[in-house]
Amino acid sequence: MSIVDGTRIAEIVSKHESSLLNEWLKLQLAGGYSKYDEKDLRDRSRHFLSLFRNGVQSGDVENIDGGHWGDMRDMLADLSRSRARQGFSPSETATFVFSLKQPLFDQLRAEYGNDANGLGRQTWLVNALLDKLGLYTTEVHQKGREEVIARQQQEMMELSTPVVALWDGILALPLIGTLDSARTQVVMESLLERIVETSAEIAIIDITGVPMVDTLVAQHLLKTVAAARLMGADCIISGIRPQIAQTIVHLGVELGQVITKATLADAFRIALQKSNLTVCKVTAGA
Amino acid sequence: MATTGNSESVDIRSGGDVVVVRQKVRDWAVTLGFRLVDQTRLVTAASELARNTLQYGGGGSATIEALSNGVKKGLRLTFEDKGPGIPDIGLALTDGYTTGGGLGLGLSGARRLCSEFEIVSRVGEGTKVTVARWT
Amino acid sequence: MERIPILKIGDHLLVSIQVDMHDRLALSLQDDLTERIVRDHAHGVLIDISGLELVDSFIGRMLGNIAAMSRVLDAQTVVVGMRPAVAITLVELGISLPGVKTALNVEKGIELLRGAIQSQKRGDGDHRQL
Repeated sequence: MSIVDGTRIAEIVSKHESSLLNEWLKLQLAGGYSKYDEKDLRDRSRHFLSLFRNGVQSGDVENIDGGHWGDMRDMLADLSRSRARQGFSPSETATFVFSLKQPLFDQLRAEYGNDANGLGRQTWLVNALLDKLGLYTTEVHQKGREEVIARQQQEMMELSTPVVALWDGILALPLIGTLDSARTQVVMESLLERIVETSAEIAIIDITGVPMVDTLVAQHLLKTVAAARLMGADCIISGIRPQIAQTIVHLGVELGQVITKATLADAFRIALQKSNLTVCKVTAGA
Repeated sequence: MATTGNSESVDIRSGGDVVVVRQKVRDWAVTLGFRLVDQTRLVTAASELARNTLQYGGGGSATIEALSNGVKKGLRLTFEDKGPGIPDIGLALTDGYTTGGGLGLGLSGARRLCSEFEIVSRVGEGTKVTVARWT
Repeated sequence: MERIPILKIGDHLLVSIQVDMHDRLALSLQDDLTERIVRDHAHGVLIDISGLELVDSFIGRMLGNIAAMSRVLDAQTVVVGMRPAVAITLVELGISLPGVKTALNVEKGIELLRGAIQSQKRGDGDHRQL
């Protein structure tokens, strides 16, 4: 039954291609969209019609995932991406497909005349197909946006993780702003890498500039301290604000052996001590 | 989420096979673009589970499958054996529990290293452990 | 079967693990080291794992065993060069390598060994231990 239906629709599209195309274009341009290039639109619409014809001809009219609709999917994906780049909304792009319904239904009505059953069936079939094709353009648009966001997030996280060498063998990582789990992980990993690169045995993680810490972030911090210890370096956590101290206790996070200091300066003092270094004043006149 | 259809199977019959599994998992993880730490997590989990398959399952196989959900890529590892099976899975998943004189962290550790974990085991029939991570 | 080479430097033994070890190789390293500590009257063992891309529970246990056995034989063990990704994974696995001293590289490892051996002679006891 599908093959017969499909073939009928394909015939109708072939027979009335130019009038379908004209009606369709009229509707598309009717919104007063001066941002469309009419020639480009005409070419794409003609291409769509021919791919549509091929698709229904195959008899595969239930869904558009199969091989017979591959070329159509590629064309729509390309269209969607191109429209997205030009600044069109996903709805505007989907309208390209949906606005074909009216002209095609009109043509079906003309063909089927008094055959109510036939008309009903064919109209439903075409409607469902065009819905799927239109929604497909929206899906591609969506995926494209998600990819951009994911890539930007990755780039932001990898950008400058600020590890500072305070002295030979002493590193400091002053964290600023709200930490989320993903960012904390990346930052901690780069701290550990710097420890290896500089053979620094002490790393101070300063969270003075961090307004809030949740359990996940606290766990990442502790995990980093433990990992550094395993590697042969010590971490000191400094700048714990009263609110964060409360949160840590409230969350039941165990600090255990981790050294904590109120300020970065205090932590630096301890770091110097552990490194058997001392700072002394130069006496005048020496 | 869908399997991409890309997969590879490795027989686990000896200690050397455990090393092969590690290397293949590493190669797949690199190809799929996993970060270094995530690669290490996957390979370490694979090492633990492959060893379990060998030591407790009497040998079996590992299947490595590439996954994709449209935006992210993933890797799924399945370890199967037709060994004696695990009578008490809850117990087996406790840290430190071991019947083989090990650290008892293989199964529970592998679970912690991956974002997805599933285990099916029937006494007398065998065990199947599946883990997965996403980029 | 190949074995991992053990070098003697002064009264320390140095092992550099460059290959992806299978379990039997790890076990034979354990055996070889124990034998060499006795044979060479070694007071320190330095295990360089900078070439290891993974340390799982078996290898972790091997390192712990080596540290324990050498202590019985009156020697100190230091593991050096652990990679960040490996360290993070070990923490997540729940492995803490108790009784194993660590340092960032061979040079610092030797310093640590000297210090540990000194304090042991003085009877100070361990102060930098996991």
